[in-house]
Amino acid sequence: MAPHSLTLSGIGKGFGSTEVLKGIDLAIRPGEFLSLVGMSGCGKSTLLRIIAGLETADRGQVAIGGTDVTGVDPTDRNLAMVFQSYALYPHMTVRENIATPLRMRELRLAQRLPLIGRLLTPPALRARIAAAVEEAAETLQIATLLDRRPAQLSGGQRQRVALARALVRQPAAFLMDEPLSNLDAKLRAHMRDELAALHRRLGATFVYVTHDQVEAMTMSDRIALMSDGRIEQLGTPDELYRAPVNLTVARFIGAPTINLIPVEADAGGDLSAFGQALMLRAPGPGPATLGLRAEDLRIAAASDAPGFDARVLRSETHGADRFVTCAILAATDLTATLRQPVSAGPAPAAGARVRLGFAAQHAHLFDADGCRKMLRSAAGVAA
Amino acid sequence: MTAAFPAAIPHAAPRRDARARRMIRRGLAFAAPAAVLLVVIYLLPLVMLAGFSVTDYQLGALRWSFVGLKNFAAAFRDPVFLRALGNTALYAAIVIPCGIFLSLGAALLVHGTRRSRALWEIAYFLPVTATLVAMATVWQFLLHPTLGPVNAAITWLGAAPVSFLGTPALLIPTLALIGTWQIIGFNMVLFLAGLTAIPKDLTEAARLDGARHPVDRFLTVTWPMLGPTTMFVAVTTSISAFKVFETVAVLTKGRAGSETLLYALYLEGFDYSNTGYAAALTLIFLAIVLVLSIGQTLHLEKKVHY
Repeated sequence: MAPHSLTLSGIGKGFGSTEVLKGIDLAIRPGEFLSLVGMSGCGKSTLLRIIAGLETADRGQVAIGGTDVTGVDPTDRNLAMVFQSYALYPHMTVRENIATPLRMRELRLAQRLPLIGRLLTPPALRARIAAAVEEAAETLQIATLLDRRPAQLSGGQRQRVALARALVRQPAAFLMDEPLSNLDAKLRAHMRDELAALHRRLGATFVYVTHDQVEAMTMSDRIALMSDGRIEQLGTPDELYRAPVNLTVARFIGAPTINLIPVEADAGGDLSAFGQALMLRAPGPGPATLGLRAEDLRIAAASDAPGFDARVLRSETHGADRFVTCAILAATDLTATLRQPVSAGPAPAAGARVRLGFAAQHAHLFDADGCRKMLRSAAGVAA
Repeated sequence: MTAAFPAAIPHAAPRRDARARRMIRRGLAFAAPAAVLLVVIYLLPLVMLAGFSVTDYQLGALRWSFVGLKNFAAAFRDPVFLRALGNTALYAAIVIPCGIFLSLGAALLVHGTRRSRALWEIAYFLPVTATLVAMATVWQFLLHPTLGPVNAAITWLGAAPVSFLGTPALLIPTLALIGTWQIIGFNMVLFLAGLTAIPKDLTEAARLDGARHPVDRFLTVTWPMLGPTTMFVAVTTSISAFKVFETVAVLTKGRAGSETLLYALYLEGFDYSNTGYAAALTLIFLAIVLVLSIGQTLHLEKKVHY
């Protein structure tokens, strides 16, 4: 089946007096892996449930493959959902769990009854369902678990059963609500790869909700970063990382968290931090924030500009890379983390005075409202 | 205990021996009060009951003799006891299914409400808190052939008034109706607890899997997930159905052949002071309830998923 697009227009939803979704417009392309990412409470799960039909939007439309499904029952939207809790039927074997979506859709009520149902079902149909279950189980490598019950499975195995149950029929799209958050770190990393591979193989539309930016960054074709009921930025993982449109996005994406330095622009737009000129120019005057990724900071020569004087607090080696945390000398309680390859030389000693330098084209400037602004170096080179 | 430490460390053995014995004594001392209470409160009465059941002892009598299994043999020839057995079976056959399925239905309806839930819970639970003896008098009035509103309604509908508590054939069904009325609230609260414990995700997964109709979702998720609750409700309902007594004692006093097991037992034990015979009946009653409860548990356990 050709993958379907999902189109959301003007989705609004409130619970009581709290507005959790404030007009969401989102066009998900056919076959795309799109992540809805954000802090808990940002409305991402509610949005997914509105797509699924489990929640009704107060306003706005949902369309699947160009067809408006706003008022349509979840059953008729032909979507598959993987829940955070996996939501496996505990009284059924793995085989019965995976077969349920097919039995529900392809068998009449009488055919689903115990004992008599078997007699009423044409053998060909029964064989087709059995074959589809086997195939789904093969795909997820759980063929040997088919006769067990969910209680007898590990978390990772349950996750696979939930996925198999989702893909046993060809749904218009897969909806996943934090499916990996109950797994341990190692298994989560492994399942990330598998999910990405599954997406490539099926070529189906995936909508993936997560609060973990690493999951979103590693698997997605595009990410919709949500905050406070709005989509802050929609773009590829690279776009969100390289060009965050505002402070919220900059803070959320990337580990370690982006370094944020308060700066001040004078009437001419020349920026200074802690009273020291940075040799950078903002489009307008006023307080602003400078965002610097850890890998864009370097230990520079004593008077290099732009840069900050700092004292090394600690350095942590993570295999090939090293994270050096420094306290900015001119500010109290402000630290900055820089990332350098271990091959760059020995780690700076704790307590050592260093100059943290950066290249103007790597810095992100955000105005007082947190919006991204164009930054120029004082020499006039566009960042 | 000492065998666990053979002569491998001969010097240490005696000391360890003494210590182990001391620990055993201490352990027994701690376990003793509970064990004694268990024996005195639960086991001894049962043993005494079994003892009485093989004698012709009558309460207050000075002499008694051993009669073997005569009391049991007599029970199965006793028309009153056999009638009581049949009546109780009929009573249970009505109360058990009605008590389970009506309360399940009520629980499903109440579970669906949002604001009025507390109100319904209280309303259904009232008969449980009210004394059945007191409520029986209300039922007596309600069902009265000439004064009662039930018969007023029946006459208003154009039918002849029914003497619920005067027609022998209607006695047990009428008592069963009152028994069902009394037990529904309790069962409903149990079912509500079971329903609340079903994860919402499961129902939602079923909707996406294609269970469009509520009946489909009930059969796929709700009913199987209520398995443990249903088992508990079935067992407790059966036991209380077999223990029916108050309504018989208050409303019919066993007249017109409406004795139930417990009522027949009460007559023998307290009215006729046939302690030995009553003890035998009690043992039979206990055996029936035990066999039914265990049988039900084993049968349902196969179908129940925890």
